Amino acid sequence: MDFLTLIQVLDSTVRLATPLLLACLAGLFSERAGIFDIGLEGKMLASAFFSAAVAAVTGDVWLGLLAGIAASLVLSGLHGLASITFRGNQLISGLAVTMLAQGFTVVIAQRWFQQGGRTPSLMTEGRFGPITFPFAEAIAEVPVIGPIYAELLSGHSILVYLAFAAVPASWWLLYRTRFGLRLRAVGENPEAVDTAGISVVGLRFAAVGICGVLCGLAGAYLATSLQAGFVKDMTAGRGYIALAALIFAKWRPWHAMGACLLFGLLQAVALRFQNIELGGITIPVQMMDALPYILTVVILAGFVGKAIPPKAGGEPYVKER
Amino acid sequence: MEKMPKWADVVLIPLISLLLAAAISALVILAIGEDPVAAVKLMVDGALGSTYGWGYTLYYATNFLFTGLAVSVAFHARMFNIGGEGQAMLGGLGAALVCLYIPWPHWSMALAGGAIGAAIFGAAWAAIPAYLQARRGSHIVITTIMFNFIAAAVLNYVLVNLLRPAGSMDPATARFSDTVHLPTLHELLAPLGIEFSKAAPANVSFLVALAACVFVWLLIWRTKLGYEIRAYGKSEQGALYAGISPFKITMIAMLLSGALAGMMATNNVMGEAERLVLNSTEGAGFIGIAVALMGRSHPFGVFLAAILFGFLYQGGAELALWTKIPREMIVVIQALVILFTGALDNMVRMPLEKIFIAFRKGKA
Repeated sequence: MDFLTLIQVLDSTVRLATPLLLACLAGLFSERAGIFDIGLEGKMLASAFFSAAVAAVTGDVWLGLLAGIAASLVLSGLHGLASITFRGNQLISGLAVTMLAQGFTVVIAQRWFQQGGRTPSLMTEGRFGPITFPFAEAIAEVPVIGPIYAELLSGHSILVYLAFAAVPASWWLLYRTRFGLRLRAVGENPEAVDTAGISVVGLRFAAVGICGVLCGLAGAYLATSLQAGFVKDMTAGRGYIALAALIFAKWRPWHAMGACLLFGLLQAVALRFQNIELGGITIPVQMMDALPYILTVVILAGFVGKAIPPKAGGEPYVKER
Repeated sequence: MEKMPKWADVVLIPLISLLLAAAISALVILAIGEDPVAAVKLMVDGALGSTYGWGYTLYYATNFLFTGLAVSVAFHARMFNIGGEGQAMLGGLGAALVCLYIPWPHWSMALAGGAIGAAIFGAAWAAIPAYLQARRGSHIVITTIMFNFIAAAVLNYVLVNLLRPAGSMDPATARFSDTVHLPTLHELLAPLGIEFSKAAPANVSFLVALAACVFVWLLIWRTKLGYEIRAYGKSEQGALYAGISPFKITMIAMLLSGALAGMMATNNVMGEAERLVLNSTEGAGFIGIAVALMGRSHPFGVFLAAILFGFLYQGGAELALWTKIPREMIVVIQALVILFTGALDNMVRMPLEKIFIAFRKGKA
């Protein structure tokens, strides 16, 4: 494998890791506050559809982004209503949210655009274009550093940079602010937070809201940056890979970035090489597809370090009377 | 004191939840510019108006019976098996191997052999998450989700690289031999002088599914093991105190669950396609969750809910055929049912409890 191929694979790693990273951070906020969310997939899907639909109709990608975030927030609100207000089963609610999105997006897409459940392809102004760094053209010829700067770092959509900027921002918010401390506490010991006179319900809704915004960004990225428009089920299990990455990262922001880059790399390699020859053994492409899930099972089983979720995760909080 | 009579819990709450789901679905149909009343008429007519419609309704219901029972058994031990989809996929592989490599002289033996093969493969696929939950504390929901994806990859690999007949392009096994052909309801009912549509895929597996319902009922409510499973599901501490081994119950409940999900293959793989194709489960593993929730995890409830979902599926297909309402409308309805019966249960329950308490006070 020559250097240019390597750069190209890493470049598509970054592209493919971005939606995972946004969704993974979304799950991080939600689960750190004690709300399990297996509906990441559904929120991404809803956002992908509405961002593409609005961008296609108005021709303004920023309006599309807002619509995507709004759609994702509505589903977040539903999940919050079910799992916080009515103390329902968070896993069932997450599943329902995903199915709701899978059905609704196609039904509405068919009604609005009559193109078999997809949106029209987005033209340039309906998409987030690449941002070219200064001097990228000029430096591109310089060996090693040139391609890294021009191909790998420069030329991504704004959402990619936003996703990676969200990592330190999330870390700072969770570990260096009062809000973050309380948010983490509510996922570990809601009784203590309640005793301190802070609203458990309010904090959890805030976390679910942040989760909605981030999933909205992830979905909009899929439909308006990675691809040009919405197609049925376009998230293709990314919400679940993000969930896997979250467990892999043991619910920590920087590790989430590492996990998402790793899973993005697996996807990029699988996309480019199909079956890989390694020392006489052929690794089938299906193995690469399944690897994130297998790794997650291994991590969950504690064979390579144990992943311990937030203690109050999945439990509705009932105030004692 | 019980807040509500049992009938309210078992009948009234699911019914209200279902009505809510139906009402919202009607609004959605209205919103996309179609007539909900005409839609319901079309669905009833298409799914129940002819033996052809019934044949499809019962065919889908058979799938949902197996997966619904699978989710129910796990629910009784307070485990949420989201892995029905993957277990049913692997069950399909088990049934296909049995049908392809063993020369069965008669369909009845093939049915028994295929069911066993499917059950073993399904159970084996459930065994790993079960073991990891029981011994290593991995969350069963997450591991079974992961196992769904791994199953899809495994099946893809096996169909593309190992079982695809030479010269064929689509990732599927060869057709099973004719002796493996399971009789359809038409073939079963014709000797009795009853006319049933030839074109519909409902087959003898429906009877197997009914037998599975009876089996699950006997097991859960009439055996010691069933008692232990329910006791463990109600209270792990209590069960431990009563000398019930959590490891044993977790494993047995999940193995049974996986076996039931796997046995769905007798219907869709052996009974209908008569070969194994990619995505032969068509999401039935997930519908099993809705079926189990609707049916309150009781085999009879599961039976009713499976028929209901069979009706929705066939009716939805008719809708897609004759109106502009796409097939995905069924997914919306299914999601609403899961949402209201599963996640928003308290939204219906809490006001209802208040009404019942007020009513009782009024009487006293």
